[in-house]
Amino acid sequence: MTAVMDKAAVEEAARAPRWWEAPPRPVWDDEPGKAGIAGKGIVLAGACLAILFPLWIVVVTSLSSKQTITEAGGLVMIPKDITFVAYQELLSGGQVTRAAIVSVCVTLVGTVFSMTVSVLAAYGLSRSGSLGHRWLLMTLLATMFFGAGLIPTYLLVQSLGLTDTYLALILPSAVSVFNILVLRGFFMGISPELVDSARIDGAGDWRILWQIVMPLSRAVIAVITLFYAVGYWSAWFNASIYLSNQDMMPLQNVMIQLVQKQEAPVGVSQAIKTGQISALAIQMAVMVMALLPVAVISPFVQKHFKKGMLTGAVKG
Amino acid sequence: MSHSTVPRSRAEAKTSEEASRGTDVPTGERPGKRLSGKVSLRLRLRRDRTLILMTLPAIALVLVFNYIPILGNAVAFQEYDPYVSDNGFVAMLESPWVGLEQFERIFADSAFWDAVQNTLVLFVLQLVLFFPIPIVLALLINSVIRPRVRAVSQAILYLPHFFSWVLVITVFQQIFGGAGIIAQTLREHGFEGFDLMTDPGIFKFLVTAEGVWKDAGWGIIVFLAALASVSPDLYEAAAMDGAGRWRRMWHVTLPALRPVIALLLVLRVGDALTVGFEQILLQRDAVGPGASEVLDTYVWWNGVRNQDFSYAAAAGLVKGLVSVALVLAANKVAHFMGEQGVYKK
Repeated sequence: MTAVMDKAAVEEAARAPRWWEAPPRPVWDDEPGKAGIAGKGIVLAGACLAILFPLWIVVVTSLSSKQTITEAGGLVMIPKDITFVAYQELLSGGQVTRAAIVSVCVTLVGTVFSMTVSVLAAYGLSRSGSLGHRWLLMTLLATMFFGAGLIPTYLLVQSLGLTDTYLALILPSAVSVFNILVLRGFFMGISPELVDSARIDGAGDWRILWQIVMPLSRAVIAVITLFYAVGYWSAWFNASIYLSNQDMMPLQNVMIQLVQKQEAPVGVSQAIKTGQISALAIQMAVMVMALLPVAVISPFVQKHFKKGMLTGAVKG
Repeated sequence: MSHSTVPRSRAEAKTSEEASRGTDVPTGERPGKRLSGKVSLRLRLRRDRTLILMTLPAIALVLVFNYIPILGNAVAFQEYDPYVSDNGFVAMLESPWVGLEQFERIFADSAFWDAVQNTLVLFVLQLVLFFPIPIVLALLINSVIRPRVRAVSQAILYLPHFFSWVLVITVFQQIFGGAGIIAQTLREHGFEGFDLMTDPGIFKFLVTAEGVWKDAGWGIIVFLAALASVSPDLYEAAAMDGAGRWRRMWHVTLPALRPVIALLLVLRVGDALTVGFEQILLQRDAVGPGASEVLDTYVWWNGVRNQDFSYAAAAGLVKGLVSVALVLAANKVAHFMGEQGVYKK
């Protein structure tokens, strides 16, 4: 009888902690006081709430009917009814639909282009001692210490005839030297024996990059892809100075007009005028469209952030 | 006599040693060097041509969009006339040279000095109010031992970093704006509403707060990594010696963070004149240029808006040169204090 109980006790002590339980502390570490734990919890919960509460209001208001919004006197904190009319209206063609499509396309094309250029450059620079390695690297590195300035860049883009084309949203910001360095640092950490044995088996550089280096670097590639994609998705300044045609504007620029400057959207203004949909719900729905892709994707890449942020930056 | 012989013999020994090395080294190494030097260039080109080819797209983009515009800074010494030609390059060739006239105009402009002042005030505010927050948050998260709590709070804290400035500012509008949730609730309860988003008096604090909301969470990553690399043995040894929680933090944790803090400070000081261009540009209309104009928006306003390209390019050039000087100076200070800085000595 006692043996059985002992066994149970031993098992109890040996099993892995369940997810809500704290893992055991090292023996030398004393348990913190109740007040300390409570204080930490309050600060951490407060910080998280400060981020989530505004987003909650935006999402709930975008899903509320006109009646609920009027009752609440504006923004809605507690959801009463859920309706998707604002989204239906925005996505049924018109200014916002077009802007969303533009943003998605620029982000996809730009990210693929930036990643291709960056991965190639990072691999090309990953073997120190290769011909021209030093010079090519210095050419890239030097750009981290100075910027050419807004006006000369603006004049250059104009001279190249890129104004009023989507290339103006991609090419000037296509390469981030920092991202290349991060990729390069990661590639340099791959064991040289692996690469050498592939070379002995007759693989060329293209094949080594595609079949050995890239599959081993999935984590950092995911992180850098996210960085580039977020960069293109969030960009609005280049569009504001290089594009003059309002029909070409990406989502962020339309969001400036609709939400920040409170202008009525071109396509849906009729529905707002006749009182079917709240203008506020429309504005909040545009914001949700801008934040949703980012909020959904970035947590999946989160576990790789630390690795991706640091490997490249440390090795010069 | 013995006095003179001893040094002499030593000198002789030295020269004979040198001589023997001198005869050894050239015969042993020089032909080999010549061989490798001559053949290797061709061989290395053959071996590395794919690698070079792979870097070329990035190099080409950087040359066109980062290096060529540096030459374009020549417009700062001109009276650039955009109406001479549709092509900016042709217009540049045709525009007259005016020497340092643009710079004289800038330094005589009180709006420029206002922009300098706003930039510096914002830099100091951000340094004092923003910089310590990620360190505190990282220490906090690091002391949490439940893995789920860590992962979830990290995911939430990182999130706003990936939002665009447009989104961050519109979110702040919904909280602190004239139609925001706080003003709305106040009005409901019979108080007077307010609008922090258009108040020039608190604008600089607003900008700092927006920065904290967006990026303070992201800033903890670097510190968390530094904390993770501290050996647990150090904590154990400190605990054995009777150090409590706070003394372990003071004597083990903070010294581990010192190089990271120094590096980030150097980067921040080197970038002192860049205090959030897009963020401030988006709010410039709401609060007016008096409180919000910083050097970057000053360049934008004069160049892109008023088409006074030469004047704006000159202002941008001043900012760029001071920035490079700041980076170099900050590094010097870091080296002087025994830290590594951005690049090594």
